[in-house]
Amino acid sequence: MTTTVDLAPPPAPSSDPRTPRRLSPGLQPSDRIFHGGATVIGMVVLALTGAIGLFLGFQSIPTLHYYGLHFFTETQWLPELNKIGIAAVLVGTVEVALVAMVVSFPLALMLALFITDYAPKRIKSWLISTVDLMAAVPSIIYGLWGFYLLQPHAINVARFLSQYVGWFPVFHVDTDPNAAVWQQSRYTSSAFIAGLAVAMMAIPLACAIMRGVFDQAPLGEREAAMALGGTRFGVARTVVLPFAKGGVIGGTMLALGRALGETAAVLIIISPAYDIKPRILEAGTQTTSALIAGNFGNATKSQLSALLTAGFVLFLITLAVNSFAAVFIRRSRSGAGTEI
Amino acid sequence: MTTLYSLPEVHEDDAPPQRPRTPRRIRSFSSEDRFAAVGSVLASLALVYVGYLHIFYFSGLLGFLICWYVAFIVVYGTVVSVANPRPIVVERLVTSTLYLASAIVVLALASTVVYIFAKGWRALVHVNFFTHDMAGVSPTAPLTQGGILHAIVGTVIEVGIAVAVSIPLGIGTAVYMTEVRGRGSKLVRTVVESMTALPEILAGLFVYVVLIIEFGLSKTGLAVSAAMAVTMVPIIARAGEVALRVVPGGLREASSALGATHWKTVIRVVLPSAAAGLVTATILAIARGIGETAIPLICSGASSFMNYNPTQEPMNSLPLFIYTAYTTHESLAITRAFGAASVLMTMVLALFVTARFLVRDRGARR
Amino acid sequence: MKVSLDGAGLTGGAPRPDAGAGVRPVGPAPAGLDALGVCAWFGQTQVLDDVSLSVPPATVTALIGPSGCGKSTFLRILNRMHESTDGAQMAGEVFLNGEDIYGPGHRLTDVRKQIGMVFQKPNPFPSMSIADNVTAGLGLTNTKVSRSDRVDLIEECLTRAGLWSEVKDRLDRPGSALSGGQQQRLCIARSLAVRPKVLLMDEPCSALDPTSTRRIEDTIAELQDDVTIVIVTHNMQQATRVSQRAAFFLAEPGSLGGIVEQGDTVDLFEHPRDERTSDYVNGRFG
Repeated sequence: MTTTVDLAPPPAPSSDPRTPRRLSPGLQPSDRIFHGGATVIGMVVLALTGAIGLFLGFQSIPTLHYYGLHFFTETQWLPELNKIGIAAVLVGTVEVALVAMVVSFPLALMLALFITDYAPKRIKSWLISTVDLMAAVPSIIYGLWGFYLLQPHAINVARFLSQYVGWFPVFHVDTDPNAAVWQQSRYTSSAFIAGLAVAMMAIPLACAIMRGVFDQAPLGEREAAMALGGTRFGVARTVVLPFAKGGVIGGTMLALGRALGETAAVLIIISPAYDIKPRILEAGTQTTSALIAGNFGNATKSQLSALLTAGFVLFLITLAVNSFAAVFIRRSRSGAGTEI
Repeated sequence: MTTLYSLPEVHEDDAPPQRPRTPRRIRSFSSEDRFAAVGSVLASLALVYVGYLHIFYFSGLLGFLICWYVAFIVVYGTVVSVANPRPIVVERLVTSTLYLASAIVVLALASTVVYIFAKGWRALVHVNFFTHDMAGVSPTAPLTQGGILHAIVGTVIEVGIAVAVSIPLGIGTAVYMTEVRGRGSKLVRTVVESMTALPEILAGLFVYVVLIIEFGLSKTGLAVSAAMAVTMVPIIARAGEVALRVVPGGLREASSALGATHWKTVIRVVLPSAAAGLVTATILAIARGIGETAIPLICSGASSFMNYNPTQEPMNSLPLFIYTAYTTHESLAITRAFGAASVLMTMVLALFVTARFLVRDRGARR
Repeated sequence: MKVSLDGAGLTGGAPRPDAGAGVRPVGPAPAGLDALGVCAWFGQTQVLDDVSLSVPPATVTALIGPSGCGKSTFLRILNRMHESTDGAQMAGEVFLNGEDIYGPGHRLTDVRKQIGMVFQKPNPFPSMSIADNVTAGLGLTNTKVSRSDRVDLIEECLTRAGLWSEVKDRLDRPGSALSGGQQQRLCIARSLAVRPKVLLMDEPCSALDPTSTRRIEDTIAELQDDVTIVIVTHNMQQATRVSQRAAFFLAEPGSLGGIVEQGDTVDLFEHPRDERTSDYVNGRFG
């Protein structure tokens, strides 16, 4: 029997065998279309989103050129008098966000720890759903809740604080808190109450991130702490929290970014006031988003540009906060487990 | 018996020849502990009731609850520390605080939902609330006139268009970043990630300035959809990227090793494996869009009439209806606002349940 | 033979010396451990059935047997680590010095403090230095020691774990920077610092190279006078090297995990009474 196949001599190597051989990616036509299509989509999205950032930046130039540094130091927003500045607005934005963080951070942290380490199994899955749902509730609904349900109760707390720690400027209210008939309207529509409503949006966001990181705390270290006679809190303190430090910071920052940009809930609760004041319990404040929502309607082109500039400053702040958050979360995810 | 050692004598009476084969109930929280906890709750309640309301003459429910908690921590801590070492005391106090914190959050959410429905109820019982628009109906008109159908339809149309645009763009971008990994993917990722930080109101203002002021288009539902898409695409792209990245590389290699093209691998293997995550990402984005208030406020007007055409005339939506009704400060208008909020809440709940159902269904099949 | 009760009579819950009295080089006397009719479940699945084992004080007992026969589960029942797993349940009793550690009067944390555990994979706390790792248990159980006692304790525990000479110059370096074998000995030192009466070891050498394994075995031999040791091992040579007593676990198809035979290690290996034991120790299966 002879084979029908010709045994050709081995082909001579085309080049020096010690250099790496070049492999063609060998994409089939369908893959070429696929890669091309995906790239086009990626580029379109890049162009669109990038355009917004650039647009906001460019729109800010004339405003910043015209008003200069006064844009950041002027407190009033009186386009008729050509007095425009975001000093008070930025302070208000930060105050509302900080109140939201002071309230939401401990609650989110405790809730996340409860879900991962304490809750009985049945409660656990139920709580996870609750937190997810909380994140999906529209902010305007939290606004209504904060204004109609929470505010009548919260002003009592506000009055209590101003009565007893009113010497501290943050809790001071410009009225007599001890008056027999106290002026309730001095305590409503404040940064404090707006912050409480915004906290409802910050909690689920921060909690979800923290929970994810707590869950990743290595089981081996958890068990080691338990086997040494540690309580659940001992395990949390020695293993879970040190491991999740980055995630806790990151989640909080992410929630802060959200709180800074919040519009609807704040718009419903606050009454606008353009002065720089640390008194968060006192009626009246203003945030950047609420400023835009309240003034875009009858704005001229140059006023719109000023609003865009205010928005751009807000965007830069949230962007910085979010980027920090991303760095922290990424770092914590890389994990410091004991691998051998 | 397999033990070689004789059993300790003390246990011989309580060691029956056939031991029960049912799990033993181990209680780390004895009845004594339970008594201490319940007793402390009651004792602190009594203490605060007397002190807060009758000695110091404070008022307000919230303040009462806060003082109750402080009193509870003191009482409970004292009671527990009688019989327990410090770590156990700390553990008990931490546990009760964590329970409390969780209860606060759950209560806050529950009170939101219940309150919205309770206040909206008077509007919801009228059929015309769901079948009429507000054309020619004044905000002070009785609840038997007018309705929010135009706002419901507007929300559905606006969100529908935004989602229809955002899903292909968002998932396409996610695929580009994780599967194709072209030269620009790093830049795309950076920009997309930054844009998730864009406050919604800026997306609205951007569309307003460009489309409506610069190009002279009128305020329409389409403008709202465009601004919504601007906020949705980065959300879907980023969450989608995370979902695609956790698909094990082994699956891709297995598919390639069978001779599948990259396209087939992505369509048949990668995307189905990541489906649960992609669905969650999309629903998250939809929920975000439905509740959007700032964008319709800027890009569309609060019309009072029905409008099915997103390209002409303003189009109302539920959040915008709620906001404008709220700003009238008329009690009937505010009841309508709560009615609309109930409908909005129901839509979000329905989406949420759908997402759970889809994800669970996926998980069960795999 | 009331071996375990003798142990109980000697120590009988004697309190640890006060911090002021200085750290005694040796903690409370080792205690015996008796498991009686232990069953274990994960969810609805039963994995152990009616296991009884006596561990005399100051001995090393090896639990041997093929994979998946419930040795580790049994070990985790001995210091109540079992119940930390979701859906895990147990039945039966475990007596430490004649007292049921699952009884109502016993605190979970006290039990685990008295019965320490070393895991298969070394798990030092990565955020802590070597010294802090050793004393981590003191913080967890709120045991107060003075500064000088702490230094003494660190040296003593690291010495007993056979690690002192290797790390004495870098006590403030992170624990995770050590090699695998060193990490495991650090974990042993960490367990010793809370003065356990019993030390459970769950395949402590299976992730280690032969040299490190040897060091750990030496450590076990030195520890056994001070602390009762129960060690799970896959390695039968290791069982013969380190243990005086041994128990052979087996889960045959169709039956649940349990002890086939237990006794003196030498007897068990040289004159097994059960055919299955003989097959296993002679390497015919498993």
